[in-house]
Amino acid sequence: MHVALTVNGRPLRAEDVWEGESLLYVLRERLGLPGSKNACEQGECGSCTVRLDGAPVCACLVAAGQAEGSEVVTVEGLADGEELAPVQRAFLDAGAVQCGFCTPGLLVAADALLRRRPAPADEDIREALAGNLCRCTGYETIMDAVRLAAARRSEGA
Amino acid sequence: MEFLRPADWEEALAAKAAHPGAVPLAGGTDVMVELNLGLRRPERLLDLSRVRELHEWETAAGSVRLGASVPYATIMERLGHLLPGLALASRTVASPQIRNRAGVGGNLGTASPAGDAHPALLAAGAEVEAASVRGTRRIPVEAFYTGVKRNALAPDELIRAVHLPVADGPQQYAKVGTRNAMVIAVCAFGLALHPATRTVRTGIGSAAPTPVRADAAEEFLAGVLEEGRHWDTGRPLASSAAAEFAALCAAACDPIDDVRSTARYRRHAVGVLARRTLAWAWEAHRARPDAFEGAV
Repeated sequence: MHVALTVNGRPLRAEDVWEGESLLYVLRERLGLPGSKNACEQGECGSCTVRLDGAPVCACLVAAGQAEGSEVVTVEGLADGEELAPVQRAFLDAGAVQCGFCTPGLLVAADALLRRRPAPADEDIREALAGNLCRCTGYETIMDAVRLAAARRSEGA
Repeated sequence: MEFLRPADWEEALAAKAAHPGAVPLAGGTDVMVELNLGLRRPERLLDLSRVRELHEWETAAGSVRLGASVPYATIMERLGHLLPGLALASRTVASPQIRNRAGVGGNLGTASPAGDAHPALLAAGAEVEAASVRGTRRIPVEAFYTGVKRNALAPDELIRAVHLPVADGPQQYAKVGTRNAMVIAVCAFGLALHPATRTVRTGIGSAAPTPVRADAAEEFLAGVLEEGRHWDTGRPLASSAAAEFAALCAAACDPIDDVRSTARYRRHAVGVLARRTLAWAWEAHRARPDAFEGAV
């Protein structure tokens, strides 16, 4: 079957999609968007987090056919051209990236949090990122990065 | 494989009638894992995500008709004042990503004893609305679970909604696991006080082949509350009564040893959760501003 959807503002069409395939597979293998990472394939790790019609979801748990006609934002869609998104800049500045494998999912989840809650408390950050596993950082620098992005956002506002 | 995509509920029922083996797919929490890991290759998937009614809820005559696909995130954020026990249970489901997609219909369809919603549904007195082209029936939730990952649905039936009475008293929910997020319950416990009928209902998760109520514990506690005129006076519960309630809840378990826990720990922990949730709920009941006018 084929699946037509909007990814990062661009209407795209994936051909020869297997009916049991996930949105994650379509993004990575058929649409050339490997930013969303494939790790657990069971919703445990959050590495494949994308926004689907505005809400952060695990792309591995969405069937490709369920994404027909929907709006998807992946990590590739966060930056504005060469200009990094505020969360991306903050992750770099706070040293929240080590091996980097979990980073795309964390960026999408953190970005979604700040859209919904521009000045999150620490508990809000922990809750919003609870579905994203990182095995390198110990999470403290990730917390720092989200606090930094929120603080810069409020200064800029 | 065929991907069936009904546009509305009538089409969904017709598709299920024509293809009883089609696997319903909504939030994907369980079905997509089985597909991704190659554990299941159904001939047909029946995608319910375009069926608008499944994402809606309505309140009438003191009852909430909760569409099977209303996501747990929405239950937490919008329905806590009507369904406090289920809202608490929803908060413990997996992660924000999964709570944005998953709903009660999936927990019921999978019918795992560890499904997070079950203890809250049992305690609230929920009924499952099952539908097919033949018609609609309502199944009391305790009769819905028929075995480990088995439920009372006929092959041509789909879950349309769950009916839950609007809470008439405090409800509580507690779950044991190794961390707060992304945990399959070691065990879980739901409790609802029903002052309107002077009854108490319970639900136990992950500690028996199916989610179960602790019937003997419910009867015991209802008797204690009646005999001690607790409903009338708001009097505190004796610790001996709470301990006996906990023991009867533990006795209602039929747990197994597995990778998450020993049976012995599960039984013990259910007793602890029962005692704690009872204390929280009874304190909340006593603290109601409108309660016990002129009480002795």
